[in-house]
Amino acid sequence: MSGAREQVARLLALVPYIQARREVSVDQAAAEFGVTPAQILKDLNVLWFCGLPGLGMGDLIEVDMDALEGEGVIRVSNADYLTRPLRLDSSEASALIVALRALRESSGPDVRPIVDRTLGKLESAAGDAAAAAAQVDVRLPQQDSRLAGVRVTLSEALEQHRQVKIDYYVPARDESTDRTVDPFRLVTAEGNDYLEAWCHTAEGQRLFRLDRISAATVLDTPADDHDDVVPRDLAVGLFQPSPEDALVTLLLEPQARWVAEYYPTESVEEVGEGRLRVHLRVADSGWVLRLLLRLGGAAHVESPVGLADDVARTAKEALANYP
Amino acid sequence: MTARKSERLLNLLITLLVARSYVGKDRLREIIEPYREAGEDAFEKMFERDKEELRSLGIPLEVGFVDRAFEDEPGYRIGRAAFELPDIDLAPDEAAVVGLAARVWQHAGLAAATSDALVKLKAAGVTVDRTALDVVQPQLVADEPAFEALWDATRTRTPVTFDYRTSAAAETSTRHLQPWGVVSYRGRWYVVGHDSDRDDSRLFRLSRVRGEVRPDGRPGSYDVPEGTDIRSLTQMLAPGSPDRTAVVRVRPGAGHGIRRRATESAGPADAAGWDRLELRYAGTEALADEVLGCGADVVVEEPDEVATAVVSRLEQLAASTGAPR
Repeated sequence: MSGAREQVARLLALVPYIQARREVSVDQAAAEFGVTPAQILKDLNVLWFCGLPGLGMGDLIEVDMDALEGEGVIRVSNADYLTRPLRLDSSEASALIVALRALRESSGPDVRPIVDRTLGKLESAAGDAAAAAAQVDVRLPQQDSRLAGVRVTLSEALEQHRQVKIDYYVPARDESTDRTVDPFRLVTAEGNDYLEAWCHTAEGQRLFRLDRISAATVLDTPADDHDDVVPRDLAVGLFQPSPEDALVTLLLEPQARWVAEYYPTESVEEVGEGRLRVHLRVADSGWVLRLLLRLGGAAHVESPVGLADDVARTAKEALANYP
Repeated sequence: MTARKSERLLNLLITLLVARSYVGKDRLREIIEPYREAGEDAFEKMFERDKEELRSLGIPLEVGFVDRAFEDEPGYRIGRAAFELPDIDLAPDEAAVVGLAARVWQHAGLAAATSDALVKLKAAGVTVDRTALDVVQPQLVADEPAFEALWDATRTRTPVTFDYRTSAAAETSTRHLQPWGVVSYRGRWYVVGHDSDRDDSRLFRLSRVRGEVRPDGRPGSYDVPEGTDIRSLTQMLAPGSPDRTAVVRVRPGAGHGIRRRATESAGPADAAGWDRLELRYAGTEALADEVLGCGADVVVEEPDEVATAVVSRLEQLAASTGAPR
C-alpha cells in the first residue's frame, strides 16, 4: 500500500522535473530519483491514465512514446497544472536547513556569504516548514585564527595536488612529529575537523586533527596518486580498535563512568554501586597510562597487572617532583 | 494494484488542484472511475483513506462548502499556493552549496529527508552542481538510537517520556519532557526542554537515554515559550573561559600538550633545565586532569589549589594496587 504513496510522491516531483528541462533521459531520471530505470517506466505508465477531470482522451497527460522507446528520453505534455513540485515539508526543510547551517559553521569567510544567501532563499521558500529548524542548534568547534591559517594552507595543497609538511602533535604519546603527507580531503566528524591523508612517515592512511597541526607548509613535490586508497567511513566512528590491540580491564567508579561512553569498549558490565567493569582494546600503552593518571583514583586496573604497577610507579615519580 | 491506486490518488489530486471552487463528494464520484465503480460503503472507505494518503504526503486539503449560500454539502480543494513550492532562484554557487549540504547528514533518516528536499528543488528547476567550493565538508553523525524519535518529537512538538541515566548513577529514572530543541555539541546530541517532573528546563544527553522514547501526549500539544534561545539554554555545554593563570614547570623535550597551550615563558629554566611556563585555564579540576595526564613531566608551581589537587590525586594513585577489595 505504501508503494502507491511513494510512487505518487515521486511523480509529483518527476513531472515538474521533466517539464523544467523539456526532456530527460530515463537513466538520468532514475539516477536523480534513486530508483531503477524500470521503476521510472512503471511510474510513467501511471501518467497515461491521469489528467483533467472528465477523463476525455484529450485531457490526459501525454508521454511521448516514440521518444521513450526510441531514444530512452522522457517528454511530457498536457500537464500544465503540474509544473511546480510540492512544498518542502517540515522534516525535509529542517534536515536541509540544519545541514546548511553545519556547512556555514565550517566554511571560511569566502563561502559563508554564499551559504547565508542560500539559507535565506530556502527559508523563505520553505515558509512555515522551516520553523522547526530554529529548534536545532549545531555547534561545531570554535575556529581560531591559527586553525584558519592551517586550513587555508591545506586547501591550497589539496587544490594544487601537492605534498604538505605538517608538525603534528600526538597526544597519546605526548610527541610533536614532523610528517610529509599527500592530502586527500578535509572532513568534520564528531565535532572536530580532520585532514585525511597518506602519511609518508607512517607509510599509511591517517586522519590528522586540524587543531593538533601546529604548522603546515605546502611543498613543491606533487602529491602521489592513491587511487587504490578508500576514504575512511567516518560514520562508523573515528576509533576503530583492532583485535590485535591489548585488552585492558578497568573498574570504573561512578565519576569515571563517562569513559565507557567516550571510548569504544569491547564490553561493559554493571558491578553494583554505580560502578562499571569495562574491557577496552588499547593500541598504545602510553595512551591508557595517561588516561588512568588523569582519572586519579576513579579507575582501577584489573588487568594487565603490569599496567597497575606502571600507574603507581609514575604517580610516585610525579610526587617526588613536589616538595 | 499499486499503479491503479497511484492513478486514483493522482486523479483526485489533479481534480482538486484545478478546481475553481470546492468539489463535493458526489461530483468526485462521478468524475473518478474507481469511485464510480465502487459500492457506496467501499467508496466511502476508499475516499477517506485517499484523503489521508494525500495529507500524509504533505498535500494541504482544504475543506469548505460546495455552495456558499446554502452551506449544506461539504467539498474539498487543494489551494495552489499552499501546494506548490514557491519560485526559488539559486545562483550556481548557491546550488553548489545545496549539493554539499546533501552529504552532511550521516544518519539514514535525515539523509533521506535531505535528498527528498533536493529532489523537489531539482524539480523546481535548480541544477545542483557540486563545483569545487573551498569548504571543509562537515559531517553530522547521529548514532544515538534515541535521535530520530527526539528529533521528530521536537519538530512536531510532541511530549515524550523515556528512561534516563545520569553519568554518576547506575539506575535509570523515567523522565517526562516537552522537547524545545535538539543540540549537537562536539559530536554529541542533547535535547533541551521542559521537564514536567522537575517543572524546570533541563538538558539531556541522548546517549544516556535507555530504551525507547515514547510519545506522552498529542503532537502540537505545547508551545515552546516565546523567546526561547536554544543556544543560551545550552551554554553550559561550552567550556568556561580560561581567565585564570597558572605557572608550571615542564621537563625538557616532554609535555608537548601543555607546551602547546602555554601563553608565555614564566622566566628562565630552573637548575635541572626544566622550562617554566605560564598558561591560562578555566577550572581547577580540568587543569589538574591535564597535568596528571602528563605524569612526571609537568609540575604545578602556582596556584596552590591546583598543586594541592594534583598532589592529593597522585597520592591516591601511588597507593593503589589494582582493583579494590
